[in-house]
Amino acid sequence: MNSPDTAETVSVKTGDNDSHDHSAEGHGNGHGHGPAHLQHHFTDSEQQADSAKLGMWVFLVTEILLFGGLFCFYAIYRAWNPEMFYNAHKVLNVQLGAFNTVVLITSSLTMALAIRSVQMNKNTQALINMGITIALAGVFLVVKYFEYEHKFHEGQLPGRWYSYEGLQGTNPHIFFSIYFAATGLHAIHIILGMSFIAWVMVRTAKQEFSSIYYTPVEMAGLYWHLVDLIWIYLFPLLYLIG
Amino acid sequence: MSIYTEPIRQTPAPTARPTVRVKPVMPEHHYLNSPKGIMSWIYTVDHKRIGLMYFFAIMMFFTIGGIFALLLRTELLHPERDFMTARTYNQFFTLHGAIMVFLFIIPSIPAALGNFVLPLMIGAKDVAFPKLNLASWYVYVVGSLFAVFSIVTGGVETGWTFYTPYSTTTNGSVISMTLGVFILGFSSIFTGINFIVTVHKLRAPGMTFFKMPLMVWALYATAIIQVLATPVLGITMVLLILERALGIGIFDPAMGGDPVLYQHFFWFYSHPAVYIMILPGMGIISELISAMSHKKIFGYTPIAYSSLGIALISFLVWGHHMFTSGQSELSATIFSFLTFLVGIPSGIKVFNWMATLYKGSISFAAPMLYTLTFMFTFTIGGLTGIFLGALSVDIHLHDTYFVVAHFHYVMMGGTVMAFLGGIHYWWPKIWGRMYDEFWAKIACAFVFVGFNMTFFTQFILGSKGMPRRYYSYLDQYQPLHGFSSIGSYILGLGFVVMAVYLIHSIRNGKIAGKNPWGALTLEWTISSPPPTHNFDETPKLIYGAYDYDRVMTDGENITFKDVTTVSNGDDHNGNGHNGNGSKRAKIEN
Repeated sequence: MNSPDTAETVSVKTGDNDSHDHSAEGHGNGHGHGPAHLQHHFTDSEQQADSAKLGMWVFLVTEILLFGGLFCFYAIYRAWNPEMFYNAHKVLNVQLGAFNTVVLITSSLTMALAIRSVQMNKNTQALINMGITIALAGVFLVVKYFEYEHKFHEGQLPGRWYSYEGLQGTNPHIFFSIYFAATGLHAIHIILGMSFIAWVMVRTAKQEFSSIYYTPVEMAGLYWHLVDLIWIYLFPLLYLIG
Repeated sequence: MSIYTEPIRQTPAPTARPTVRVKPVMPEHHYLNSPKGIMSWIYTVDHKRIGLMYFFAIMMFFTIGGIFALLLRTELLHPERDFMTARTYNQFFTLHGAIMVFLFIIPSIPAALGNFVLPLMIGAKDVAFPKLNLASWYVYVVGSLFAVFSIVTGGVETGWTFYTPYSTTTNGSVISMTLGVFILGFSSIFTGINFIVTVHKLRAPGMTFFKMPLMVWALYATAIIQVLATPVLGITMVLLILERALGIGIFDPAMGGDPVLYQHFFWFYSHPAVYIMILPGMGIISELISAMSHKKIFGYTPIAYSSLGIALISFLVWGHHMFTSGQSELSATIFSFLTFLVGIPSGIKVFNWMATLYKGSISFAAPMLYTLTFMFTFTIGGLTGIFLGALSVDIHLHDTYFVVAHFHYVMMGGTVMAFLGGIHYWWPKIWGRMYDEFWAKIACAFVFVGFNMTFFTQFILGSKGMPRRYYSYLDQYQPLHGFSSIGSYILGLGFVVMAVYLIHSIRNGKIAGKNPWGALTLEWTISSPPPTHNFDETPKLIYGAYDYDRVMTDGENITFKDVTTVSNGDDHNGNGHNGNGSKRAKIEN
């Protein structure tokens, strides 16, 4: 039995009439002949950039699934204790949450602008934009710190540390377990994102990037947008939904 | 030429090897010796070296896990206590399970063998992200150190599944073990990302998806599961650690939490993880069965798609681990039905492999013996899985030795047998030297007999009602338990023999040459061991991965059965053949 596909393997192809974008022209390209950023196992820069992008997107999928687990916990416990979740969301500070949302969205904008600056060979401008991004991320964390501190003070804490008495409904500590797990994990991602951007800034300052090669800046941007996006889901789920 | 007018059929390959056979020599420079020095290994980004480093690490843990298993079987020789307390026994089976699952079997085929062969098979110089690849090995080492740390600081006695609420209340060192599992997850994810991108972006010119060897398809499907399932285990482990360390109450029924929810999350990863284990094994079998019977693989496309099919279904069946844990009857029924679906792609594979054997010119070298062992044991494992997937039967068999026997038939009789077959098959490629065929056959016989003695007995034990995870039992089970333990010693002996001749062959084996099996995938077109950068020039596909009906090769010479003899790398002949190939294809259509 020969299916069409296996029959096709019988016919001989050497790549000339093949539709691959990275075809055979790159003999020995990575043996010192290509541009400095090109690693030895890639045929050309385009293949390298494509690979990096695909890899980053797949990595972002894993991040979404990581948080997906937490969203799932949220959905299940909310379904079991709807009243408690309704009451508990009221003790969160919507003003501060909304402020932080604006801060993060703005930081995503400056990050996107930074990528554009690198693409146009304006490295100083890119550094400024990334600097603003990191600063805004810092603002986010400071605001988060004050929110956390307030909750510690009030005893609105996860699990067996919970001591707040102003909430109606069953098991209110579960809400704060999920709140702290989700926002805490998100805060860790903010810090990781800041480090990622800082690393890219150092490399930008060393003039390693230009309109020809800027993949790491783009990757940092993608990661940062994801961190932002997760907050955009966390904010309404925890603070707004009544 | 008359051959084109003949009806197309599969002709068995002639037994004689092609033309002049020169005595193979070791290449002067290859990945093992250039560059030299310990630092060149510590910082290596070469996928072949990383694969080898993985190989040594997992074999170390396989040995440790195996020793735990033998100790358990020794305790079970007699109904009464022999030499361990119940707590020690619980720790040992937990460590056996956790080590074998997380430290051995999950990285075994993808990260060790897969790392080595995947780029070679698709004609790439390396995986897409070599540094990430190295990082994954170091992350694996760090994760395994956490696991070792938990062994020396009191052990874990929860079973490898870490079910709550026991895991959150027991005084074993659960946190370091689960943290180890969390970290190992990153290693698995990194390998998965690397493989997905490598398969998509680094295939040699002309290597379309449907010309890829089936091993690559299997690794690709595995990588998808690794990427999609592992993060969910990650968050589950984080919450388990938080629950244990801080008491966040999510899994604690006393605080309004739900322990069954833990089981759902755990199995949402761990059932797909079973397919992370078996799918690459199936990939190896697809390679071996075609190469060792010198016959074109039967049903390439169905085998390729069934790998993806298994990957898809794997996400929909986790509930069958929880038929007795208190899920609703409706969801139990649905999960039971979905579980039966797994039988379809698995069956497609097994029947296609059998059809490949038909009228092949079969060589009974060790890789083939392990392949046949796989088909025998995996089929038993798969069929008993159907028993367990059936709701009413599972109520009787749940948590008995029947379950133990079933997953050992799939994991060990499936994945490990395929892994052993793969090791023997690629051994000459990895080291440039052959293992000793005589001792390989002896070891394989020991493994086959020992394995079936050990675990087939446990099907009977389980159906008679012997529960799993007990260190003592009723007298009536003694004969079967004794038989099973003796089987495990034979199995262990087989592995000792294997270790001796394999290690011996690294320095003293017969020099293998490029292509000792006459196989057609790309890794056999380069020297053994391969050069540091795999391919000196971008490889050209002048025949398909399974064109045994058309091509014979020993690496140096290629004989096209329908044309004249040509030698490798000669452009004129290559082009000449090109024309003939398309002519033939036209006639087939």
